[in-house]
Amino acid sequence: MEKNDGVTIIVFSGDMDKVMAAFNIAIGAAAAGKETNLFFTFWGVKAIQKGNLTGQGLFGRMMGLLNRGGINRIGPSRFNFGGIGRWMFKQLMKAHNITPLEELRQTAIDLGVKLLPCEMSMEVMEIKRENLIDEVEDSCGVATMLEKAFHSKATLFI
Amino acid sequence: MPQEIKADVKLNLEGLLCPIPVVKVSQAIKNLPVGGVLEATATDPGVLADIPAWAKSTGNEVLSIERQSKVITFFIKKVK
Repeated sequence: MEKNDGVTIIVFSGDMDKVMAAFNIAIGAAAAGKETNLFFTFWGVKAIQKGNLTGQGLFGRMMGLLNRGGINRIGPSRFNFGGIGRWMFKQLMKAHNITPLEELRQTAIDLGVKLLPCEMSMEVMEIKRENLIDEVEDSCGVATMLEKAFHSKATLFI
Repeated sequence: MPQEIKADVKLNLEGLLCPIPVVKVSQAIKNLPVGGVLEATATDPGVLADIPAWAKSTGNEVLSIERQSKVITFFIKKVK
């Protein structure tokens, strides 16, 4: 931590292409031996969700229904066309032997990349700790994210 | 470019795309003693830029990196 040359990435987007970029960069940084943290906030939280239905209140459950499914159900930021684009991208990725998103996430975890869930986003969207994959760290806030950023040489917002 | 480099370990990265070659290289280097040499072959043209960049940020040495038609062969020496 005190080496001050880590990499911190704020994953705000829940789009397939952007989440893929975030994991790619994180993996590259971890493979270069850098302490790497991914802070998942707002739509980005979906990338670390198990994919089951979330929410307690009416709006929370509506949100959970609209945002259901885990990392395999997120669509690209453009050309999604109600899911057809996602399917097309997956076919293209398979054809070109690109690592699928879920495997990419596992690679990041195996390399020691830390996954930090944003407490506030979880609160707003009524997402509980048990809705997130087991490998994530304790949920935290902006102070923790900034503390990581202060010790990083590169901080990215995706 | 020295033609006869002796490798301690060989890695086949053919068909793999970014960022997997760098991941596999970093894992293989981790298991080598300091001074050990890794030889790898890859087909992703991105490694031509990425392997030297990775070596630079980790402090390891690329002894050679060459492309013959589709296959890129490179040697990395673990420095630290």
